[in-house]
Amino acid sequence: MSDQKDEKKTNRRDFLFTATAAAGAVGVGAAVWPLVDQMNPDASVKALASTEVDVSSMQPGQSLTVLWRGKPVFIKRRTEDEIKKARTVDISDLKHPEKDEDRAKNPEWLVMLGICTHLGCVPLTDKGDYDGWFCPCHGSHYDTSGRIRKGPAPTNMEIPKYEFVNTNTIKIG
Amino acid sequence: MSDHEYTPNSKFGKWFNDRLPLLTLANHLTDYPTPKNLNYWWTFGGILTFCLITQIVTGLVLAMHYIAHADMAFSSVEHIMRDVNYGWLLRYVHANGASMFFLAVYIHIFRSLFYGSYKSPREIIWILGIIIYLLMMAAAFMGYVLPWGQMSFWGATVITNLFSAIPLVGESITTWLWGGYSVDNPTLTRFFTLHYLIPFLILGLVVLHIWALHVPGNNNPVGIDIKKPSKDTVPFHPYIVIKDAFALLMFCIVFALFVFYQPNILGHADNYIEADPLVTPAHIVPEWYLLPFYAILRSVPDKLMGVVAMLSAILILAALPWLDTSKVRSAVFRPLFRQFYWILVADVLILGYVGAMPAEGLYLLIARVATAYYFAHFLIILPVLGWKEKTTPLPLSITEPVLGGSPNLAAARSDEKIEKTIK
Repeated sequence: MSDQKDEKKTNRRDFLFTATAAAGAVGVGAAVWPLVDQMNPDASVKALASTEVDVSSMQPGQSLTVLWRGKPVFIKRRTEDEIKKARTVDISDLKHPEKDEDRAKNPEWLVMLGICTHLGCVPLTDKGDYDGWFCPCHGSHYDTSGRIRKGPAPTNMEIPKYEFVNTNTIKIG
Repeated sequence: MSDHEYTPNSKFGKWFNDRLPLLTLANHLTDYPTPKNLNYWWTFGGILTFCLITQIVTGLVLAMHYIAHADMAFSSVEHIMRDVNYGWLLRYVHANGASMFFLAVYIHIFRSLFYGSYKSPREIIWILGIIIYLLMMAAAFMGYVLPWGQMSFWGATVITNLFSAIPLVGESITTWLWGGYSVDNPTLTRFFTLHYLIPFLILGLVVLHIWALHVPGNNNPVGIDIKKPSKDTVPFHPYIVIKDAFALLMFCIVFALFVFYQPNILGHADNYIEADPLVTPAHIVPEWYLLPFYAILRSVPDKLMGVVAMLSAILILAALPWLDTSKVRSAVFRPLFRQFYWILVADVLILGYVGAMPAEGLYLLIARVATAYYFAHFLIILPVLGWKEKTTPLPLSITEPVLGGSPNLAAARSDEKIEKTIK
């Protein structure tokens, strides 16, 4: 009787076994984590996480491509016409509805990650059916606000975190 | 052996095993009959496997950040130390791991020397071990060059210049090794490639080493042949696995003490100065694990003969199974050999010590005496001992002295007992 009871009850050996396995798992995890984490961005990469760009010489209609975290960022100083085109679009017509006011706080300046949201190519500036950007890889058309209008790309081009440090300088990141 | 009778329980297991007998292999490894009297000196095989895996894994990861170029190697190592996440840990584990690897391999080798594990029928295991040891030294040396510090550079210069001692073709061979007229970028890139390659060669040889071990089975502290499986053996799992795991844990504590508290104590401060081909550091010494052979090299006052002596000191080990003429394996039953064994241990330690000291005056004299003794041990003492030594009687089985109740193996055996056991 008592033997049967002992078999079912958790005994000291079960406890030790589980405790040992748990401690072992924590130890292995702690040993493996550095091997995994070393592949994450290191301190020297993180130190380059923001870029400052001087835009004082840019005229309306001009655009500039800068490198930020190894990726191209489009800075476009838009003309009155382009701003009007971007702001008069009916939002409900868009594949990825976003107001231009939300994408460009200062309507004259559009700062945008220059990467097609389809498969990561760099679109061509002032091209395409909507006079914005056109991706040559698989034919995605973006408007003057960088929103996807036609083609396989699922979303608008991404707006990175940026701010105007002063009237002439944009800090990206 | 029981391996051939093994059939997996599940239908899929059987189907798979008929096509690729991995389950038979796993069954062989778990059931592998092991002498039940193995002591903790036998746990270093497992520890060495751990060391090899650690070096390969940390090395692989370091290679993701290291740049093998004379202009960038030094700063890429500093980049690893300062910028890469846990880079300091990975590099310290790798650098101290080399020392731990050699510590374990020396214990492993000296265990074989004490218990006669190199003798018939285990000569091939022993020779494979010596080849692994040679490759370990090559890998360690080339790895030490990669940080491109002063010790890296001048160590590489000194060691590669050893080849220039070869008559007639020596100079051409050295130039070929360097890929130029001195140690420089081509040397660094080829050393990196070879340093990456060698551990995998070692891994392959370790498989052969273990395979060759599993044919006759383990030697044991008593050194007599045993029947397997029998009352004298226990299955590898769980008995040896748990013992190996405990020993590994203890070993890792020592390892961690070095990595976390004294990560640079086994290195040289000079190696934190970038390589400068115009300035040689005042005192060039190799890493501690190569010091005995360095002492032998320097104790011979002739360039070529010094190199020959150093290489012979290692290669003579390969001939050991035939130099030791005694039929008795374990030093437990060889009272004279036991004394000479400990003298050899002391001799190698002395060589290591004088190898770290300047080669002059008394140190040089000691190095010469110790070198002469080293060779005398293998070439004179061992062959003669096999003939002259009166060994103490061997027990009939490894169980017998235990059941006899006496801690003295020799005393546990009386003549009547043998007759009874035989009948």
